[in-house]
Amino acid sequence: MPVHQLHPENWVDLYADYLFNYAIARVSDSELAKDLVQDTFIAGLKSAKNYKGDAAERTWLIAILKRKVIDHYRKINSKKGKAEVRINYSSDEGEGDWLEERVADPYSKGGDDSIENEELGMAIQDCLSKLPKKQATVFSMKTIQGMSTEDICNELGINPSNLWVMIHRARTALMGCMNENWF
Amino acid sequence: MKISREKAKEICTKSQYGEATWWEILQLKVYLFFSKELAQFSAKNTKLTSLCEHANLQTLSEKDKEQLKKVLEENS
Repeated sequence: MPVHQLHPENWVDLYADYLFNYAIARVSDSELAKDLVQDTFIAGLKSAKNYKGDAAERTWLIAILKRKVIDHYRKINSKKGKAEVRINYSSDEGEGDWLEERVADPYSKGGDDSIENEELGMAIQDCLSKLPKKQATVFSMKTIQGMSTEDICNELGINPSNLWVMIHRARTALMGCMNENWF
Repeated sequence: MKISREKAKEICTKSQYGEATWWEILQLKVYLFFSKELAQFSAKNTKLTSLCEHANLQTLSEKDKEQLKKVLEENS
């Protein structure tokens, strides 16, 4: 008997931001990331009959998105020679003439930081998806999109008092959700 | 001058976005002076702000989400 079931009617509300963050971390282009999320949902609908219910809905969608990202890179690298790395020697620099000196330092902190930030982003999105929809929306608009209090109130038809109560509840819930690993 | 614990926490949240008034900040500071629990909450709240900044979070707009829902409906 399957443990999980698909509910495509909830996909956008529950997983769109999570998948979008996953995609954008890999393709660094928000328009492309949006397209990949859309393609993932459509592919999910088409292959819904193959879903056995062993994995959680989100895990299954992420697996589809991973394939979409791989397909994207295969497509752009498919023409012969496109994947080659071209390095031009320059004579005006004193250092870095040796090819080895131009390769990224594997011990540099940069890579670790970006992986940690991505994990953090996914953890926040995971916790956000567990909040009531309105709280998550108000939190996202204020904290992530940086919208003004007035604009949010006008768009959602709420007053500033309601907005701050919702943001406060959202933040309190997020602190509880992320408590174990990040605080 | 006296405010409830929940109100103090709300002001603390508001101050994370730089939108608390000077009067609210004064009320919060007085409360913080006497309440260890609020001080802990305030530290966590500040940490959450810092985590959100470091996470470089991205989100789809409501318009994008509505568009996605429409596409899903058309394909289902």
